[in-house]
Amino acid sequence: MIRYRNVTKIYPDNSVALRDVSFDVQHGEFVSVVGKSGAGKTTLLKLLLAEERPTKGEVLFEELSVHQLRPSDLPQLRRNIGMVFQDYKLLNSKTAYENVAYVMEVMGLDEETIARDVQEVLEIVGLEDRVHHYPLQLSGGEKQRVAIARALIHRPRVIVADEPTGNLDPYHTRDIIRLLLRINELGTTVILATHNKEIVNRLERRVLTLVEGRLVRDEKQGKFIVV
Amino acid sequence: MMISVKRILRSGWEKFSRDRSSTGAALVVMTVVLFVVSSLFLLQGMSTFLVERLEGGVDVSAYFKDTVSEEEIFEVRSQLLSLQEVKEAEYISREEALRRFVDAYRGQEEILAPLEAIGRNPLYAHLNVKARDPKQYDQIAEFLAGEAFASAIASIDFYDRAPLIERLSLITSGIRGGVLAVSAILSIIAVLVAFNTIRLTIYNSKEEIEIMRLVGASSWFIRGPFLVQGALVGATASFLTLLFLLAIGFFGSKPLYSFSGFDVFAFLLGHFFSLLLLCLAAGIGLGVLSAAIAIRRYLRV
Ligand SMILES: Nc1ncnc2c1ncn2[C@@H]1O[C@H](COP(=O)(O)OP(=O)(O)OP(=O)(O)O)[C@@H](O)[C@H]1O
Ligand SMILES: [Mg+2]
Repeated sequence: MIRYRNVTKIYPDNSVALRDVSFDVQHGEFVSVVGKSGAGKTTLLKLLLAEERPTKGEVLFEELSVHQLRPSDLPQLRRNIGMVFQDYKLLNSKTAYENVAYVMEVMGLDEETIARDVQEVLEIVGLEDRVHHYPLQLSGGEKQRVAIARALIHRPRVIVADEPTGNLDPYHTRDIIRLLLRINELGTTVILATHNKEIVNRLERRVLTLVEGRLVRDEKQGKFIVV
Repeated sequence: MMISVKRILRSGWEKFSRDRSSTGAALVVMTVVLFVVSSLFLLQGMSTFLVERLEGGVDVSAYFKDTVSEEEIFEVRSQLLSLQEVKEAEYISREEALRRFVDAYRGQEEILAPLEAIGRNPLYAHLNVKARDPKQYDQIAEFLAGEAFASAIASIDFYDRAPLIERLSLITSGIRGGVLAVSAILSIIAVLVAFNTIRLTIYNSKEEIEIMRLVGASSWFIRGPFLVQGALVGATASFLTLLFLLAIGFFGSKPLYSFSGFDVFAFLLGHFFSLLLLCLAAGIGLGVLSAAIAIRRYLRV
């Protein structure tokens, strides 16, 4: 479903974020990407969304080379991928509700469906009493949960979560991971970037380990190994 | 499709009404721009009026003795019209002359009272002659002063409008040139300021635009609301401008009228719809265009 082929990413200031990374992700997999801060996790995920271009190599999504898509085709790609951004990327001029609803509006869904689904998803992430708050009125953890709600509201084929529990307490962390697992059981592919050792070890799923931009380990039932 | 259009319109309206500070700034700038543009329109109307009035003036008037019959006057008239220099020759009968006189001095008793005291019409029948070229007035006057008409004509008035017209057209063309240059510069500055204000507004939304792109919004879905906001700013600024113009026209009309004979307020009312159209076209055009140009670079993500 997703295939990275010899991907190297060097930022304009010459910092090397990824070096010759190759791997595949199959439909329905649950993959964790681990590595120290600065190892290149976020960069890896940004490439899938075509937020950044690889310096070398290519990224395929369903056999399509992501970086050869025309700009007018990018929205379609992105609607298939639910991304939880490490820095949330919420729209500050919109309420929690409107932020989540926006993804569905973009897709041209009707108001009733939107109203029903948004309410439901916000309840799932435990924000039913923060619906009409603006991002600036929300705590870090609440913002993170809005971001999660937005990533899964439209039932994308893949959920890409960049440190989705970084700002959450253990209770919410557990709930969110359970949620991701349940969504995965229903057939959605999940890619999770994190440096939370406990989560990774408890999951007992596939783990990709990045060290200084290199993919050094790819294990079926991996552990978080401190290098 | 329809639902997207509806959402774009609603979202544009929300931007316009929620984003007070940037909408306000753009509105002020845009109103100033439109004010400059419509003032030009007004100036144009006024100078056209003045020139027309001047050109409508009479060059030579020939007053006929009361003994001369209307047929004889018409004979003089047709002779005049056969002259190359003559453009028009209007016949004013004694009654008509009186009527015009009374009309012109309506309400000014000190002038009309003596007329009534006389008890008869003291005015002459006359021909108002207009030259093709105001400079040729003297040829016409000479012709009328000739032997042939000496017995019929009581007096000849001629108005040497040529120097006045020359001076005025020199002034007006000078003013026009200057005004045109100044207003061209002013409009360019105004347009640039408007454009930059809108660009700044959009710059503030740069991050939002990028986020919208990343969650799968199409370019039009993002661009649309900004264009709608620009159009709303242009439309609102148009109405504000017209309101200002009408207010200024209403209060400034009297002094300007007594000075130039130009009724600004009537002109404004008479041209209300063309002015409104002009403002709307300029305002909405500028608003939408600026937004479209400004947003282009942020949609590349
Ligand atoms: N826009 C950028 N311009 C220049 N260098 C960048 C940019 N983004 C990331 N980098 C660099 O690329 C490397 C990888 O960054 P990345 O954000 O992918 O790390 P990460 O694994 O997500 O880290 P963290 O766990 O802290 O989120 C870092 O050295 C970083 O400084
Ligand atoms: Mg990161």
